[in-house]
Amino acid sequence: MALDKNQIAQRIAQELEHNTYVNLGIGIPTLVANYIPKGIDIEFQSENGVLGMGAFPFEGEEDPDLINAGKQTITTLDGAVLFDSATSFAMIRGQHVQLTVLGAMEVSENGDIANWKIPGKMVKGMGGAMDLVASADNIIVAMMHTNRAGESKILKKCTLPITGVNCVKKVVTNLAVLEVTENGFKLLERAPGISLEEIKNATEATLIIEGDIPEMVF
Amino acid sequence: MLNKVVSNIDEALEGVENNMTFMVGGFGLSGIPENAIEALSKKDVFGLTCISNNAGVDDFGLGLLLQRKQVKKMISSYVGENAEFERQMLSGELEVDLIPQGSLAERCRAGGAGIPAFFTPAGYGTEVAEGKEVREYNGKPHILESALTADFAFVKAWKGDTAGNLIFKGTARNFNPLMAMAGKITVAEVEELVPAGELDPNQIHTPGIFVQRIFQGEKYEKRIEQKTTRKRD
Repeated sequence: MALDKNQIAQRIAQELEHNTYVNLGIGIPTLVANYIPKGIDIEFQSENGVLGMGAFPFEGEEDPDLINAGKQTITTLDGAVLFDSATSFAMIRGQHVQLTVLGAMEVSENGDIANWKIPGKMVKGMGGAMDLVASADNIIVAMMHTNRAGESKILKKCTLPITGVNCVKKVVTNLAVLEVTENGFKLLERAPGISLEEIKNATEATLIIEGDIPEMVF
Repeated sequence: MLNKVVSNIDEALEGVENNMTFMVGGFGLSGIPENAIEALSKKDVFGLTCISNNAGVDDFGLGLLLQRKQVKKMISSYVGENAEFERQMLSGELEVDLIPQGSLAERCRAGGAGIPAFFTPAGYGTEVAEGKEVREYNGKPHILESALTADFAFVKAWKGDTAGNLIFKGTARNFNPLMAMAGKITVAEVEELVPAGELDPNQIHTPGIFVQRIFQGEKYEKRIEQKTTRKRD
């Protein structure tokens, strides 16, 4: 079975490292916070100016002065800190944030990512995505392997305007875990019950398959 | 001690003219200068260039200026959530310059700090880099971004004193301190205005030297864009 959005988030959560600062993008990446493995301490950064972001507030306790970069109401945890946007992006550009997880419309085998614009259709802007992808040491993309028409979003070359070049390290889709290497996407894991054929058919990019490819374990 | 207090909103907006460039603080609808925006939307000023991370929603925030077609150009990082904005942009009525959020913040900071330009990795290899100088530092390509300044900067703080010192609350701080630095005339509106000496100098976020005019806003709606909550167990 292909993974649902929550399972993609759950698989990405396995990549979290103890004692690190992490920025989660809008959409599937936000769900990663629900699956932090036991014994792993993480502080979440939101680029609008908070470090130490907590869960959503209880009904009636929302504070309009406390939101995340998706403009959702949030809470803060003990040890949290608030700051202005320039300081926030100093943390990001200065590589003080160790991991960025974000969604994508397309990724390409050299690690390019496109997620901010569909010419003539959707022009909302890049927000902080270009700063995030240009700077983070580790970038993991959460996305669906194909679009609604069944066409691959894992490409040799992005067709949409790109957000950043040569930056994505790993991609977790509803079908597979892929690593960006110099020679193409290396297939690391399959979603439970998904065959190599299915992954090959859904992938336009160069796919490197070496030895037995294990199923993801949750 | 310099006194920056203006007695009413008209005095706060004195000197505002057609075709000026404004910076407007806030992230989404959080920390926006509600009172100044509302007053501007009732004034006959047009052809404005607005530098603001977002463009409000249709009936609140900068959306009010867009509805009256007072804005000629927006410089922002993210402009979703506003149908009228999208219509004006796609029809070509509104000029839009989209720039990465971190570059926007730093360009404002630089404008206020006397730094004319800086190199950043953000946007290299993308549309944003077109026509910009590229230079490699530490083996990594960077693009040259220039500083931003404005005729007026409109910012909003939680507390302020008569000397123009400001304290922000929560994530409503966002772009406000940076834009305060970059305005030729910075107009700060606050929820609570206190006499100089009442704020602890250790706790002030924006020094009053960056603020030319300050007033206490009449009311704050503080609209929430995405109300998200969890259930009590």
